[in-house]
Amino acid sequence: MTMPFRLVGPAIVGAASVLMAAGLSAQEEPRRGGTVVTLMSSEQRILNPALRASTGVYNITGKIVEPLIDKSYDGYVPVLATDWSSSEDGLEITFKLREGVKWHDGEDFTCEDVSYTAMNMWKELLNYSSTLQQNLEAVDCPDPHTAVFKYSKPMPLDLMLAAMPDLGHPMPKHLYEGTDILKNEYNTAPVGTGPFKFVEYKRGQYVMMERNDNYWRGEQYPYLDRIVVRFIKDKSAAASALEAGEVLESSFNAIAMADVERLKDDPRFDVGTKGYENNVAHSTIEFNHRNPALANLKVRQAIYHGLDIDYAIQTIMRGFAKPGRGPIPSTAGANYTDDVPTYPYDVEKAKALLDEAGYPEDENGVRLRLRHRPAPWGEYTQLWGEYFAQAMKEIGIEVELLTNDAPGFLSGVYRDHDFDTANGWHQFRSDPAVSTTVWIRSGAPVGTPWSNQFGWQSDKMDEMIDAAAQELDPETRAQMYHDIQAMAMAELPVIFAIEHPFISATSKRLRNHHNTPRWVSSSWYDLWLAEE
Amino acid sequence: MRILKYALRRAAQAVPVILLIMIGAFLLLKLAPGDTVDALVGDMGGADAQFIARLRAEYGLDQPVWVQLWRYLLKMASFDFGWSFVFEQPVATVLLDRLWITLTLMCSSLFLAFTIGVALGAIAARRAYSATDNVISTLGLVFYATPSFFLALMMIVLFSIKLGWLPVGGVKDIAAFYTGWDHYVDVALHFVMPTAALSLIYLAFYLRLMRASVLEVAELDYVRTARAKGAGEGRLMIHHIMRNALLPVVTLLGLQFSTLLGGSVVVETIFTLPGLGQLAYQSVIQRDMNTLMGIVFLSSVIVILVNFLTDLLYARLDSRIELS
Repeated sequence: MTMPFRLVGPAIVGAASVLMAAGLSAQEEPRRGGTVVTLMSSEQRILNPALRASTGVYNITGKIVEPLIDKSYDGYVPVLATDWSSSEDGLEITFKLREGVKWHDGEDFTCEDVSYTAMNMWKELLNYSSTLQQNLEAVDCPDPHTAVFKYSKPMPLDLMLAAMPDLGHPMPKHLYEGTDILKNEYNTAPVGTGPFKFVEYKRGQYVMMERNDNYWRGEQYPYLDRIVVRFIKDKSAAASALEAGEVLESSFNAIAMADVERLKDDPRFDVGTKGYENNVAHSTIEFNHRNPALANLKVRQAIYHGLDIDYAIQTIMRGFAKPGRGPIPSTAGANYTDDVPTYPYDVEKAKALLDEAGYPEDENGVRLRLRHRPAPWGEYTQLWGEYFAQAMKEIGIEVELLTNDAPGFLSGVYRDHDFDTANGWHQFRSDPAVSTTVWIRSGAPVGTPWSNQFGWQSDKMDEMIDAAAQELDPETRAQMYHDIQAMAMAELPVIFAIEHPFISATSKRLRNHHNTPRWVSSSWYDLWLAEE
Repeated sequence: MRILKYALRRAAQAVPVILLIMIGAFLLLKLAPGDTVDALVGDMGGADAQFIARLRAEYGLDQPVWVQLWRYLLKMASFDFGWSFVFEQPVATVLLDRLWITLTLMCSSLFLAFTIGVALGAIAARRAYSATDNVISTLGLVFYATPSFFLALMMIVLFSIKLGWLPVGGVKDIAAFYTGWDHYVDVALHFVMPTAALSLIYLAFYLRLMRASVLEVAELDYVRTARAKGAGEGRLMIHHIMRNALLPVVTLLGLQFSTLLGGSVVVETIFTLPGLGQLAYQSVIQRDMNTLMGIVFLSSVIVILVNFLTDLLYARLDSRIELS
């Protein structure tokens, strides 16, 4: 059997069935028409991907608003940009824009839109992007279909390309210019160039979109008539909706792991982790280095040795994961290395390290007491937090769990620093410079979530991160990220314990599903629905 | 005329009560760690500090709590409930969009629970300690002991997944585009399981209470007198027993209307009905202050209104009770 795409890794199971389905469907003739109902667990407020960089937003708007560039299993593919190049010194990046593309309201898509969005949204308002584009000086339009990004400091083309699928959605200038961007009505009723047009957003219920008859890819696309995204918060309700056939696709772990196991054996569904290579996350253990015990490297090493990662992968993640190797996941391509120090499960070694660090057992067998905040991001994190508390008991560390909801967790950890250890997950966004290194670089202002609020500081690490973010040569750049990864594994500012993609359950009636590494966020122009 | 005067006085009394509830709720909510912006940024997957500070300033969250409270009360005085930052819509719109769902769910559940519960309770009492009574009482106990979420899930498994008779959740079949009667039938079908799940536990309450109440009243002197004067069993039941036995049940009805909102959170979540209960839960999680305060206001008004109606009903049932 020929497989047109790379496998994620041998440890990730369940993808094989998806691959087989994709292989079979390639022989069938795509069918026009049909409505695909899909579900999401969280309500979205703003539907403008140039204002909110989050998978929840792309999940919906990816079908309506297109980025300049998308990512496929073979690399970057042109969408609204057809060609890209960088000047020698890295200060100019030029995009050739697709001609003959129209916004859903009939206006032409031109460089003016790109320039306006880049300067007013990407640079000013878009989370993650405002850091990425902070050295952006101007976007020139020498002709309507050429956009020249000008930077005051070198911008690696590699980094720019990696960022564009998520952080490169142009919005129509004519609908935003002269308005208060954050309050613009089109933020909740997006107008884009994509295969589907926005129809209605019924709060708490659904978002509906319909076929764009003038799509630039040609008349045959998209295949579907309609896509409806339903909001179903309760995980068992979500699984029931799938089983009853009311919903055809569930992504980003919207259903419980027990149901995942069950649906895996149901012949009506494809269950797997394929299509999330670009959204791989790490389950972490985070330390508050202000606590003198945790500032001690030996204690952190002992904690790592005390965690039976393989056991956690089998029980909590049901095998849909693999051990982490520092801040960069194995799906990151050249920037990833597994040539780093590791900490295999070894209770005796952990105890010895704690002894060395000066934390002997007291009369109750307790060496250390920690207050731990597990993030409330669903099943994984809660169970992982509970496992952490249990595992630590084995090596004489008493962990008190402080459970809280999202605002409580974020303010407790990132604003008030009121914790000893915490756990959550951290999602990799295609390039280490976009969101990964902020976890270990010092200097983020207090209260910035998912930044280094752990009080870990290393001038050497800061320098390495800054240098890598401006390095133009891809090979040197990759080497620099290998060094960063090795240092992060040696110094353990954070434990990136488990690498896990997300899990989808998809009705087999859907064809061409999960065929790109960021499929849920992509435009679904080639998705079609087989007869029942 | 007397009722109108009475109603006006009750309304005037309600104003300070609602004001106190609002201030209390506001301060209580402010005690929770984290604010709207924390929740927003959490959903976005992170943002830089400048962005966060700008959001906080825009939402007025950088002000001291008492300033925020004062601003809120000023707005509320003109019935402006503000803007929901989570839904990006005015709070009034968000609430009105959902009010009908919760009211439909509450009223139909209570109606079902009350009528069936009272009827079953009366039957059980009239045939006390017989087989019929045993069956009804046992059924009541089962309903009472089954948590609504469990009942809801079991119904979904049976009626939606196995049999395919009823829709799993939502208010309507979105992709079907029904019009006219088909639309109403579709919506009604979507309410069948949620109503059943929510009403059964309350049905058990009314059943137990009515049974006890009828048994008690049936022993009273005036019933014996009426029977001695030759009143038939049917007339006795309807005119003499039921009317008096209903009093405690009506009290419970008034009280339960307010607790129903809590119960509907679970049912609305499982059946993905976008009602007030689910909205309240979501607003707490996302620290959507304005929406939450709007819900608190709306619920207090509803509760006060229902209490007023209960009192009226009371006076109607027992002419010894006066409205004063």
